Amino acid sequence: MSLRVEDVVCPFCGCLCDDIVVYIENNEIKEVENACKFGAHRFLAVKKHRIKAPMIREGQEFKEVSYDEAIKKAVEILTEAKKPLLYGFSSTSCEVHEVAIELAELLGAVIDNTASVCHGPSILAVQEVGYPSVTLGEVKNRADLVIYWACNPMHAHPRHMSRYTTFPRGMFTDKGKLERFLVVVDVRRTETAEMADLFIKVKPGYDFEVLNALRTILNKGDIPHEEVGGVKKETLMELAERMKNCRFGILFFGVGLTMSRGKHRNIVEAIKLVRDLNRYTKFSIMAMRGHYNVTGFNEVSSWETGYPFAVDFTRGYPWYNPGETDANSLLQNKDVDAVLVIASDPAAHFPRESVRYLAKIPLIVIDPFESLTSRIADVVIPSKVMGIEAEGSAYRMDAVPLRLKKIIEADGLLSDLEIMERILEGVKRKLSSKSEIAVER
Amino acid sequence: MEFILISGRTMHQGETLHQKCSEEYMKACAICEMNPEDMKELGVKDGDIVRVKSEAGEVNVYVKPCEGLDRGIVFIPMGPWANAVVPAGTDSTGMPSFKGIKVRIEKSDGRVLRGDELVRRYEFEG
Repeated sequence: MSLRVEDVVCPFCGCLCDDIVVYIENNEIKEVENACKFGAHRFLAVKKHRIKAPMIREGQEFKEVSYDEAIKKAVEILTEAKKPLLYGFSSTSCEVHEVAIELAELLGAVIDNTASVCHGPSILAVQEVGYPSVTLGEVKNRADLVIYWACNPMHAHPRHMSRYTTFPRGMFTDKGKLERFLVVVDVRRTETAEMADLFIKVKPGYDFEVLNALRTILNKGDIPHEEVGGVKKETLMELAERMKNCRFGILFFGVGLTMSRGKHRNIVEAIKLVRDLNRYTKFSIMAMRGHYNVTGFNEVSSWETGYPFAVDFTRGYPWYNPGETDANSLLQNKDVDAVLVIASDPAAHFPRESVRYLAKIPLIVIDPFESLTSRIADVVIPSKVMGIEAEGSAYRMDAVPLRLKKIIEADGLLSDLEIMERILEGVKRKLSSKSEIAVER
Repeated sequence: MEFILISGRTMHQGETLHQKCSEEYMKACAICEMNPEDMKELGVKDGDIVRVKSEAGEVNVYVKPCEGLDRGIVFIPMGPWANAVVPAGTDSTGMPSFKGIKVRIEKSDGRVLRGDELVRRYEFEG
């Protein structure tokens, strides 16, 4: 049987493109339309490099087991740990986040998502100075000045410029790119920079100074230096003029700001610049969120616990202190004694010091695909691919929620939600039997 | 020679994201992009192996020329190779310093490890 499915939402990056067309024959994805290279690969290679069966580590070998056995072992690890960490969540649905937060509360665990290694500092800044943001639809319809600062959408969000910001024709931007001015600010000349009308190269680690200089020009009219962070004064003056005189400006920023010297201070300065610009014109700012549902976890966690990430339940109530309660600080300080990783690969994306400890403590991995974290795990539980084999909700980078579709069957596999619900049930049973034994004594 | 290391996303890294134990992932991420003038001074050519060393550790990767980089700056795609030299600590923010790392780079006659080989070594490292 062949099937054409329209308006499929792409489960890859924070663009969450919802115009994908997928052709399916006999439960196999044959062709994909409208997707970028990442998206097309996500759909077409969905059956490659999969974890074939649940596994438990015995010495240096993995033994294939049933789902029941793997989940039982996971429950054992989590309930025996004094302070477990639940981490990942950015490539799975909000429904899974909800169950995971209940699990964290029940266990007295810490729960964190990949925001702590991408836009965690942006969240810290937003909590300090607010977030004058918009939706990508408004950008498409109105923006005549588009700035990409410390990000490379051509490589990280390939359809961002063509679908939402730079090239599309919008309601008040009906000439598309002809009506927009594109500025790229970065430490290196990337492919995105090659497309810019104005490219500004900043010395690595000097974004704060450059942002601050722009604010000074806006507020005082001049700066007392000929060059700031490798950028000439006249270039900064030109950019400040363009910002002031546009109809609708948008500043997109990437992890080049959050991961460099200054971290959240860089974002505070960028947001303050946008705030200052609103005295002259309409200007907005948006973080280039990476994983397709990294934003979703921060939303769910905020409404469930009051905090967006790095939430510690060891006191019996939510406690939030990034720098202490985030995944990397906990691992580097050897402050957790078991970890459950879902829909993420910290062994590939955390610094050496964190991975060294992660490799030595009991580790449960839930993922559809083989990951480096699965190679150092004690329990490996395969799952369905969210957005292709299972449905759920996800939030786009501008916090617009979209519904991920199930377009093919994956018989014999459980979804992330089913696995997490089973773990939660197992933990509830184990903890209640523990408390019964304590009462009898 | 001393450099400032930037790590980050690339198209090829993203494409091979779900096949991390493969040679393709290694080819996509175990590379160090460098200004051609710096490569000349270091005495290396495209595809040679270099040792990148920071206060956190060291790692072998293949060197690749890149005109878009200024002299003194190198780029390694995000992944276990770059992270082998990312220092510990988060400046009390939760965010490690994945960009702007001081490194020393020299020609190496060693081998480039596959992703899974690299992380499995951490099980035994003190």
